[in-house]
Amino acid sequence: MTRVSELSTTEYLLSGNRACAGCGLGIGLRAITKALDGKMVLVNPASCLTVLGGMYPISSLDVPWINVAFPSTASSAAGVRAGLRAMRREGEMTVLAMAGDGGTADIGMQALSGAAERDDDFIYVCYDNEAYMNTGTQRSGSTPAGARTTTTWTGKRENPKDVPAIMEAHGIGYIASTNAAFPTDVYDKVLKARDRRGLRYIHMNTPCPSGWSFDPKDTVKLGRLAVDTGVVVLYEIEDGVFRLTGRSASLAKSGKPLVPVAEYLAAQGRFRGVSDETAAEIQSWVDARWAGYGARHTPVG
Amino acid sequence: MTTRLMTGNDAAATAVKLARAQVIAAYPITPQSPVVEQLSRWVEEGELPAEFVAVESEHSALSVCIGASTVGARAFTATSANGLAYMTEQIWWAAGARLPIVMCVVNRAMAAPWNVLNDQQDSMSVRDAGWVQLYCRDDQEILDTTAQAFRVAERINVPVMVCYDGFLLSHTMMPVDVPSPAEVDAFLPPRTAPLQIVEVSDPRNVGPVTPADPREDADGALQPGYMELRAMHNASLLQALEVVPAVDAEWSEAVGRSWGGLVGEYLLDDAEIVLVAAGSLVTQLTLVAETLRAEGVRAGALGIRCYRPFPADALRDRLASRALALVYDKALSYGNEGPICGDLKAALYSMDGEPAVYGAICGLGGRDVTLEHLAQAARDALSDLEAGVAHRAPVWIDLAEGSMR
Repeated sequence: MTRVSELSTTEYLLSGNRACAGCGLGIGLRAITKALDGKMVLVNPASCLTVLGGMYPISSLDVPWINVAFPSTASSAAGVRAGLRAMRREGEMTVLAMAGDGGTADIGMQALSGAAERDDDFIYVCYDNEAYMNTGTQRSGSTPAGARTTTTWTGKRENPKDVPAIMEAHGIGYIASTNAAFPTDVYDKVLKARDRRGLRYIHMNTPCPSGWSFDPKDTVKLGRLAVDTGVVVLYEIEDGVFRLTGRSASLAKSGKPLVPVAEYLAAQGRFRGVSDETAAEIQSWVDARWAGYGARHTPVG
Repeated sequence: MTTRLMTGNDAAATAVKLARAQVIAAYPITPQSPVVEQLSRWVEEGELPAEFVAVESEHSALSVCIGASTVGARAFTATSANGLAYMTEQIWWAAGARLPIVMCVVNRAMAAPWNVLNDQQDSMSVRDAGWVQLYCRDDQEILDTTAQAFRVAERINVPVMVCYDGFLLSHTMMPVDVPSPAEVDAFLPPRTAPLQIVEVSDPRNVGPVTPADPREDADGALQPGYMELRAMHNASLLQALEVVPAVDAEWSEAVGRSWGGLVGEYLLDDAEIVLVAAGSLVTQLTLVAETLRAEGVRAGALGIRCYRPFPADALRDRLASRALALVYDKALSYGNEGPICGDLKAALYSMDGEPAVYGAICGLGGRDVTLEHLAQAARDALSDLEAGVAHRAPVWIDLAEGSMR
């Protein structure tokens, strides 16, 4: 596993960008662009990332970037890749499609499914801040149960879609789940994805201070708590082989119980007022997933 | 040059092959499907060195073209009716992003209710999206116009729709002269560099959020705001009024066949009544003009080949001092009138020698339009004109009112 001290000091995400204070996306994007060493073209729909990029004619990211329509991330990326190939330019850059959870789990799902079925040759990163944060925190298919949003005022009733599982059902070669609070985990997964062909899917949870309602200084703390409680699990599925990675692998190996989900809920304003019953339901949902991942885990070697 | 018997869809596919399209994306829909079936076969058999992306929807078909065209590839797709409507967001995107994509629209009626047959409601409903729209009269014009469309699009960095009537042309065989690859290569050079730069060594953010007002870039140079970019787009689109005829003339030089550029005309010189339409109706109207002349009416036909940009000057020039222009629309701006009729009225408004302009709606959902229907509509229009009717509501041709409850 790469250490932070081993990361390149070249920065592609420039200072003064328009991300909110404490935005988890900025941390993750920094690691992603370093892993690709800037040799990439970003394909990005309307999302917080668009806002982070800034307004014409000034950009905060020192890599080629193509803005595309909301439902079209994966299909536009497939077109970019096909165009580069038709022009014998595919060796110049990795095509990196990157959309939020609404742009992936909801409006972008059809195009993503098509690209996965065709095994189109690009990396797709869903950065999951668990709601439509760019438009003012409306619920998405990836919003967790219990979370209050501006369209679920008393807390969302349903559990989130498991997008990596949907992608696994397409039979693609590389799927990973990561969290922006663990930049080296993000980095290593993008590095691995970079050297594979076909559609590679990375689901990156990104804590969001404004949407989740926590102090911006606590972004990394929240990301770590998400992993320590098992709400977010770090793993990868390589050619069908499932493996826990990083902190999730250590937690599984230790055999100790996870931190109670209640601590994670209490740390965020969006879960304020969640009933004990809902909290218990969330805990059992997390426990069942954790047990499932543990049963599938194939230790290295 | 060889002459072959082929359908309109074959003619379109043949032109795309001759144009050496590099990326083709498509989703099946009747009556367009044979275009991309043929192209996919050529790609699979190695006859056409292109990337063929079989997408899961029309939205994605145009999205693939948008991605490919952004990085400089020559991209093509084709669709009809609801497929076109499903693409609508991307139709606007392709134009605003200034991508020279060529798309064949095989004209078909819009649902609901379901109907797979011809009218022109589909392409007419996206006439305002900033594309060039060209309409074809027969299969030969489909081949020639599709090849020309790439040249037009790439010269002004505006996408082009080549529209032709479903089944009436798409599935009807006609003798078509097919130019040789060498002839087309001489006419159509490889695409020049795209407007937008996608290079690792020169990173740019293509199509980001753009403020309404102009704004200085990092070097202090003032860059256009959203409104200026829209005005620049419109100015480029209007250039098609020169570029479409110029490209048609170059095609004529290369393969020896011209379509007249913006409009096509027949027996117009001394015509008092001019029959106006777009698409295969124009071929019918040439015969109707002959019929009316045999009855002693000085009639002519005027076909709109380039509908967007609207050739207002050419139409004013052709229609000044006529008594009547009768427009046959295979579409309707619901609650108003036929789209071509409304545009023509606006173009002729208050000019010297302004003719009366009447509209007729015909052929919706594949309703058979006979020469006699068209001729009778012209005779009725002449009676109304003689009766002094200045403004007339659109007439629906062959409407069985007894069946309407």
